[in-house]
Amino acid sequence: MSAAELAVVASPPRARLSTRFLRSELKIIFGRRRNIAGLAVLAAVPVILAIAVRVSSPGQGDGPDFITAIAGNGLFVAFAALALELPLFLPLAVSAISGDSVAGEANLGTLRYLLGIPAGRTRLLVIKYAAIVIFAVVATLVVATVGTIMGLALFGGGEMTLLSGTQTSLADGVWRLALTTLYLAAQFSALGAIGLFISTLTEQPIGATIAVVLVNVMMFILNSISQLDWLHPWLLTHWWTAFGDLLRDPIATESIQRGLITALIYASTFWLAAWARLATKDISS
Amino acid sequence: MTSAPAETAPVVTSGLTKQFRRQIAVDRIDLEVPGGAVYGFLGPNGSGKTTTIRMLLGLISPTAGAISLLGTPMPAAARSVLRRVGSLVEGPAFHPYLSGRANLARLDAADRFSDPRTSRMRIDSALDRVGLLAAAEKRYRAYSLGMRQRLAIANSLLMPRDLLVLDEPTNGLDPQGTREVRHLIGELARDGATVLVSTHLLAEVEQICSHVGVMYEGKLVAQGPLGELRAGSAQTVRVDTDRTDDAARVLTELGLRDISISPGYVTAALGEVAVEKIVPNLVNACVPVLGFAVLQPSLEDVFVSLTGEGFDVSG
Repeated sequence: MSAAELAVVASPPRARLSTRFLRSELKIIFGRRRNIAGLAVLAAVPVILAIAVRVSSPGQGDGPDFITAIAGNGLFVAFAALALELPLFLPLAVSAISGDSVAGEANLGTLRYLLGIPAGRTRLLVIKYAAIVIFAVVATLVVATVGTIMGLALFGGGEMTLLSGTQTSLADGVWRLALTTLYLAAQFSALGAIGLFISTLTEQPIGATIAVVLVNVMMFILNSISQLDWLHPWLLTHWWTAFGDLLRDPIATESIQRGLITALIYASTFWLAAWARLATKDISS
Repeated sequence: MTSAPAETAPVVTSGLTKQFRRQIAVDRIDLEVPGGAVYGFLGPNGSGKTTTIRMLLGLISPTAGAISLLGTPMPAAARSVLRRVGSLVEGPAFHPYLSGRANLARLDAADRFSDPRTSRMRIDSALDRVGLLAAAEKRYRAYSLGMRQRLAIANSLLMPRDLLVLDEPTNGLDPQGTREVRHLIGELARDGATVLVSTHLLAEVEQICSHVGVMYEGKLVAQGPLGELRAGSAQTVRVDTDRTDDAARVLTELGLRDISISPGYVTAALGEVAVEKIVPNLVNACVPVLGFAVLQPSLEDVFVSLTGEGFDVSG
């Protein structure tokens, strides 16, 4: 018997640092037809957008600035699609996943078996939240990637005119798109923490999802009431549109920084709230 | 097998209480499940069995009282002790769109101590043990109630366990399945595991349990080895005679209680009276004894006497 084998036999089982639980969680999220269909809907927006702009004559619309810029550079399909999906589609996708995270397991009754393993309540929340963050990145990345492919295929690449009027290379444009994707994914991850918390309050995943969407829409509404401008910097969604600053030359970092700090505060506050809730909760489902 | 000290029973609670808002679901119970026992946890629906089991497993926190599981306090030691405990709580619950095997793999992945290299082997052997290997790839939603129940039992067998807590394990199983589960529980107990099995099927308890605890309205009204519990309950004598009134009078004089007269026979609780004195006394009083029997109480009688109307809970 080798020393390694001896160690396996002799030592009591030790906790392993492994991504197995996270991978299992991701398999459940991305193996679910409902979620794949949701991602397909997210991907459909840049496709529809690119085709619509291609077949119509370029003209002045009242949509986001990005749409008129598409004809100049295909990369703007990705930016425009992200801007279009920012108010509802992307937050809705994250709401569905985060609202389902704990409430879905409680609803099925699998929560009591996970805790009986024992998966550990804190560890469960860490894994659940990690999966939400990964989903937020993937969802945003899907929109950006499909937008890039459609845009470059239908409109071509080349030099890119930034919002500040200067020209830059396609590679720089792709770099800025990558930053935009990460920035927005961070914002949606913060929303996902709100979802995780709400998900610990109920056994109804749909109810939790609707509540997260309501919170999200409510923040947009509050942000549009100018009399409440003192409140605006504290709203998570207030900073979402700041990603346009990544398309300036040089990149305007002030709002981006504020946005990231706000997201971090929301994420940590609501993750801790979820933990405080679940750590002491009676699991009677 | 059991690494807990011999003097510490695998499950001990003292004054365990759970109050939900105004209702006291579990009322100061002192459970003791001895090592190696198959402990039948009995009680009518809503008597607090499942709430107790949920507290034992750390799913809900007690309002008062203490729990020791395998010699360690719960829920403080949940992380280290629960992996030695296999459980089935309030019916099976799995992801409906995953296969049986995928569901077990999911639960195994959630276990920080499980070895991924042996995962497949352990899952297959657990599925095999409950007779579900052939249906391993089927989606859970396509499983019958009996198959779901078996899958939940398979989950509790993924790891070697020192204690199994099984809440209504034969619920939804056909007679064949029930027999198999009974057999399985016997096997696990022989392997050295202690089993706490909650059920309302008394026939099941008589066949597999060595110890019994009876819950009623949140209280543990009786607990002990099955034989003791049965002996502690009153034996009944039955006298077949055509002069029932005279027979009843004689029995009363001898000190028997709870005398009830039926056409053709009289029954009475034996109490402390010596059995052999009864027939001679009846004969001396010229009561024709056409038949005489001492009836052992069935477990059902014991159960009804413990939980039925008018039972004095002081015992």
